[in-house]
Amino acid sequence: MTEMSTTAFKDNVAKALADDQLQFAMTETGPRFIAKRTKAREALPEFDQLRDQARGIKDHVLDHLDIYLERYEAKVKETGGHVHWAETPDEARAAVLEICRKANAKMVTKGKSMISEEIDLNRHLEENGITPVETDLGEYIIQLRNERPSHIIAPAVHLTRGQVEADFRRVHTHLDPGRDLSEIPSLVEEARGVLRRKYLTADVGITGANFLIAETGSSIIVTNEGNGDLTQTLPKVHIVLASIEKLVPTLEDATTILRVLARSATGQEFSNYTTFSTGGRRPGDPDGPAEYHVILLDNGRANVLGTEFQDMLRCIRCGACLNHCPVYNAVGGHAYGWVYPGPIGSVVTPALVGIEKARHLPNASTFCGRCEEVCPMRIPIPKMLRHWREKEFERHLQPTTMRWGLGLWAWVAKRPKLYRRATALAARVLANQAHGKGRLKKAPLASGWTEFRDFPAPQGKTFHRLWKERRS
Amino acid sequence: MSAREAILGRVRARIPHGPEGARRGAVERRIAEHPRNLIPERGQGDLEHRIRVFTEMMLAVGGTVEVVDDINDVPHHAAVYLRDGNLPARLRRGADPVLAKLPWHRGGALEVTEGPAADEDRASISRAFAGIAESGTIVLISGADNPTTLNFLPEAHIVLLESSALFASYEEAWTRLRALMGEGNMPRTVNMISGPSRTGDIEQTIVRPAHGPKNMHVIIVR
Repeated sequence: MTEMSTTAFKDNVAKALADDQLQFAMTETGPRFIAKRTKAREALPEFDQLRDQARGIKDHVLDHLDIYLERYEAKVKETGGHVHWAETPDEARAAVLEICRKANAKMVTKGKSMISEEIDLNRHLEENGITPVETDLGEYIIQLRNERPSHIIAPAVHLTRGQVEADFRRVHTHLDPGRDLSEIPSLVEEARGVLRRKYLTADVGITGANFLIAETGSSIIVTNEGNGDLTQTLPKVHIVLASIEKLVPTLEDATTILRVLARSATGQEFSNYTTFSTGGRRPGDPDGPAEYHVILLDNGRANVLGTEFQDMLRCIRCGACLNHCPVYNAVGGHAYGWVYPGPIGSVVTPALVGIEKARHLPNASTFCGRCEEVCPMRIPIPKMLRHWREKEFERHLQPTTMRWGLGLWAWVAKRPKLYRRATALAARVLANQAHGKGRLKKAPLASGWTEFRDFPAPQGKTFHRLWKERRS
Repeated sequence: MSAREAILGRVRARIPHGPEGARRGAVERRIAEHPRNLIPERGQGDLEHRIRVFTEMMLAVGGTVEVVDDINDVPHHAAVYLRDGNLPARLRRGADPVLAKLPWHRGGALEVTEGPAADEDRASISRAFAGIAESGTIVLISGADNPTTLNFLPEAHIVLLESSALFASYEEAWTRLRALMGEGNMPRTVNMISGPSRTGDIEQTIVRPAHGPKNMHVIIVR
C-alpha cells in the first residue's frame, strides 16, 4: 500500500502551513473551483433533483451489489473481456503484473486512477522491471517529483508553474536548455510532445474507471485531456483498475450521475471526453486494444456495507468536498498522509487503513457542513466524521492527557456552582490579559491555537451571567 | 476460497436481505427496462432549437460549428476549414459509407485516405453516431467505419453530424444505439466528445490542447 503518514497529520499540517509555495498555490486555487461549480449549478435548474436521483441509483446498487457484480462480470466475459477479482492491494498488483508479463511489457502508459495510487502500482511495476508512465498532465508532473496526488481530480494543484518548469528542465534534458517555459501553454506543449512518443510505443495501457455498467459490461473513463483515450486505444492490452462500488445498473443511470459529476468537479457542463469501453478489439476493428482486462478491487469496501459508513460508497470522486473545505484549502492534500485527502478522505481512509492509523483525520474538520452541502451524491460526511470520533473514543485512541482533560471538564460541568465560578474566573482573567483588544496572542493550554492565530478573548462575563442580566 | 467468492460472500453477508428471488428480480427488471431518469429541459425542442443549443455549448468549450444544407457541400467546407487553419489539404477518414460516397473532388486539391490514424496524420473526419444538444456533445462509435484513433491523434478533428442524429439528450442516443446493436450490447468504444482536448492541471489555467486534438469542427447537415 502507498506509504502512509496519516499518523503524522499534526506534523504534516504544521509543515504545510509554513510552506509558502503551497500556501500560494492553495489560496489561488480554492476560490476558482468554487466559482466554477456555482456557475454550472446555476445554469442547470434540474441540478438538485438530479443529485437526488443519483443518490437513489447508488443506494439501489449498494443494496443489490452482489447481484450487480455477478451480472457485470458475466457481461464482460460475454464481450470477450477478463475480470480479475482482488481482495487486497497485493492481489491487484499481482494481477496487473501477470497481465503485463504475458504481454512482454517493458513500458506501460497510465491514465489517471486513484485505485492505482491506493495499491501503489507504480512502485511495484518499477520493482519488476516495467516502466510506468503517467499521462494525465498533473499525474505526470507529480510522478516526476515522486509525489502523491494532493487532490482527487487535480493532482498537482499544490504546485506553481515555476515548480513545474524546474521539474521539466531537470528531466527533459534532451530539449534545448534555452527554451522559454515561462508560460503555462509552453509547459503543456512540452508535455504533449514528450508523452506522444510514450503513447505510441507503450505495450500496455492502464486506466481507472469512473463507472462500471452492469447492463453492458462497460467501463467508463472521464477526462479532459484525451490522455486516457490515447492510453487505452494505442497499446495492445488495456487494463482497467476499478473498485467494487463503481457499479451502476444501466446506461441511463450512468448518464444521470455523469450529469452531476463534471459540474461538481470542474464546473463543466460535461467533461471533454467520456468514453465507454466494452471488451477488446472486434473482428474488423482497425484499431483498439486486442485484450481488455478489469481488476475489481475490494480492499475493505465490502466491510463498510451495512454499517453507519455505507453512504461513503456512493462517492464518485469529484473532489467538490475538497474544493469547499476550509481545512483542505489551508493545508493541501498531502497533509492527510494517504491517497484520499479532504473531507471524503477523512471518512474513507479510516475505513480502508483502520481508525488506529488515521485517528487525526476525522478531527480535521470544523463541521461547517459545506462538504455535505455540495456533495453530488449527498453523502452525510460530517455525520460520518462524528461516528469516527466516537469510534476513536470507544477504542481509547486519544492521548491520556486528552481523555483526562475531557474527564476533568465533565466532572466540573456536572457541578453547576463550581462550573460557574470557575468559568467566571477564567473569563475575567483572560479579559484582563487582553487589555481591551479582544484577542490574546497567548493563552494557557492553547499554544496549538495561538501559534497560528490569536485567541478571541472573553468579554469579561460568562454566558450565564449575561443571560441572567438580560432577563431581569 | 477464491477472491471472487470471498468478496461476493462478504458483500452478501453484509447487505440487508430480502428474499433472494425478489432481489434478483429487481436487478433484472432494472436492466431489462433501463428506465430513463430525469432529463433536463435544456436541449428539448425542434431542430432549430437543438442546433442553436448544440452550437452554443460547443462554442463555449472551444469547438467550432457550421451548418450546411447539402451534404455534398461537406468536402468543400472541410477543405476551406483546413486551408484557413493552415493545415495541409489532407484528410483521414474511416470506411463509413456516407463519408465514402461524398463527392470529395469538390474539395479541390483535398486528398482523402481511408484507415485508422497514425501520428503523422494532422486532420481527420468522422461521421457522428449522434450529437447531443444538451451539452454540445458528439457521440462516435468504434469500428472500421469510424476508427477511434481518428478522434484523438490528429490535431484537427472534423465531424459530420446529420440533423436526424442531433438529439436533445444522451438518452435518445442510447435508444438509437440499442436499436443498432441490440439490447445490452455496445460497440467496443463509445466516445462522447465535447470540444477539443484541454487541461487545467497547472494552476487551474485552461490550456488547449492537452494530448488530443487542438480543434474540433462540427459540420451539421440540416
